Amino acid sequence: MNKREGEGWSRRNAEAAQERDALANSSSPVIAAFKVFQQELDTRHDKYERLVKISRDITIESKRSIFLLHRVTNIPDPEVVLNEAESKLDGVRQKIGQIAEELRGEDIYQFHRAFTPGIQEYVEAITFLHYIRHRSLISLEEINAKLVFMKTGNADPKVPHVLTFQVTPADYLLGVADLTGELMRLCIGSVGNGDIDTPFQLSQFLRQIHDGFSYIGNTGPYEVSKKLHTLRQSLGKVEDACYTLRVRGSEIPKHMLADVFCTRTTHMDTEEGVV
Amino acid sequence: MSVTEMFSYIQGFLSADQDVREDIRKVVQNLEQTAREILTVLQSVHQPSGFKEIPSKCARARELFCTVRTHMAELKTKFPAEQYYRFHEHWRFVLQRLVFLAAFVVYLESEALVTREEVAQILGIEVVREKGFHLDVEDFLAGVLIMASELSRLAVNSVTAGDYGRPLRISNFINELDSGFRLLNLKNDPLRKRYDGLKYDVKKIEEVVYDLSIRGLAKEPESGGDK
Repeated sequence: MNKREGEGWSRRNAEAAQERDALANSSSPVIAAFKVFQQELDTRHDKYERLVKISRDITIESKRSIFLLHRVTNIPDPEVVLNEAESKLDGVRQKIGQIAEELRGEDIYQFHRAFTPGIQEYVEAITFLHYIRHRSLISLEEINAKLVFMKTGNADPKVPHVLTFQVTPADYLLGVADLTGELMRLCIGSVGNGDIDTPFQLSQFLRQIHDGFSYIGNTGPYEVSKKLHTLRQSLGKVEDACYTLRVRGSEIPKHMLADVFCTRTTHMDTEEGVV
Repeated sequence: MSVTEMFSYIQGFLSADQDVREDIRKVVQNLEQTAREILTVLQSVHQPSGFKEIPSKCARARELFCTVRTHMAELKTKFPAEQYYRFHEHWRFVLQRLVFLAAFVVYLESEALVTREEVAQILGIEVVREKGFHLDVEDFLAGVLIMASELSRLAVNSVTAGDYGRPLRISNFINELDSGFRLLNLKNDPLRKRYDGLKYDVKKIEEVVYDLSIRGLAKEPESGGDK
């Protein structure tokens, strides 16, 4: 069979296409079936898109909370910043409530890819806030305990029902992996402000997290293995900062410590590329 | 809860998850084996001698689908019913192939497009997600598209075997299928890519029909299909 080009063929094609579309307007069982498929697919895709939008909003607000929280190192009253961050994350939780609403009656894994980026960013933000306040790692259970929503039902407005959203262990793990990057920045930032205690605390905490990830190894989702590389770099930077403080801290006046760390970390950044 | 305790808990969770997936993989392997057996039976319709034996091959395929139903029943027991999509990737490929095989058998028997409900019955699963292990609409559509490719090949081989009526009926069937697919709003996903292949099947069959009609070999088919 050879390819046929030229006017005759394309004219035949156009006529054939018209015939086919006329078929589409008739009600054959095949066409009727596909109309049902179309509706099902459209409904599914629409829901997926709504969840993607909510997830983007969550990502943006969570990232803003994180930027906000970095400022605790160089202001006199950290409570102000902490409270502002807390209320931002309350807003994020409302959005997560919207996700829970969309997922009511659905298989959450069918839409998981739509909202996992936002949820990971939220975990990163909330673990960061919790560490700054309590110097410990918030547990998955504590995170999920805050994701309980009271909604009034459409059927009977007087009867509220409870909706929950459960962050999966995998998303928690990925959020904590991203947290380590922020902790590293916190460490470098705190040294630059003359705080020489935080780096050592952070170093120990970060090491515990790194050891935890090493324990999990390859059994987690493959994205975890990818983030492990960045985690090791972050830990390395923090450990180097502690080393520098220990060895040279007594030699350098506090107000010059910031410069020492700036040049050191810039050197490491250009070596390793984007963190 | 300390950091170490937290990671210990998560490790336990991940470990359990891996065990479930391992169990699922084993059953899926059995399903794939049976699917290959059904395919072997049905492939033979492309040979000139195979044409006369179509009814018996369909019967044999239907027998093998019994085994498929058994495997499916076992697969359902390997994970909680409400977590279908958590593990869906493990059986997606074999399920699509099974849809293709079921659709092909039904086409060979009745020259009609199988419905979702019929496929679900043949495979021993549900159509509606809430009722249990179900057939996802996108997997159904993917299986149908695989069948379309098989039919374009069958059109070619029908002519070789001397059956000049079948390609015309296949042509009408595929064209209607194409109209159906054009009603769908597909996203840029694997289903869309597979659907893009349908136009080549349509073209190939049209060329077969053209070759027959200019040589006066083709007679206009009755709606029921007649030689």
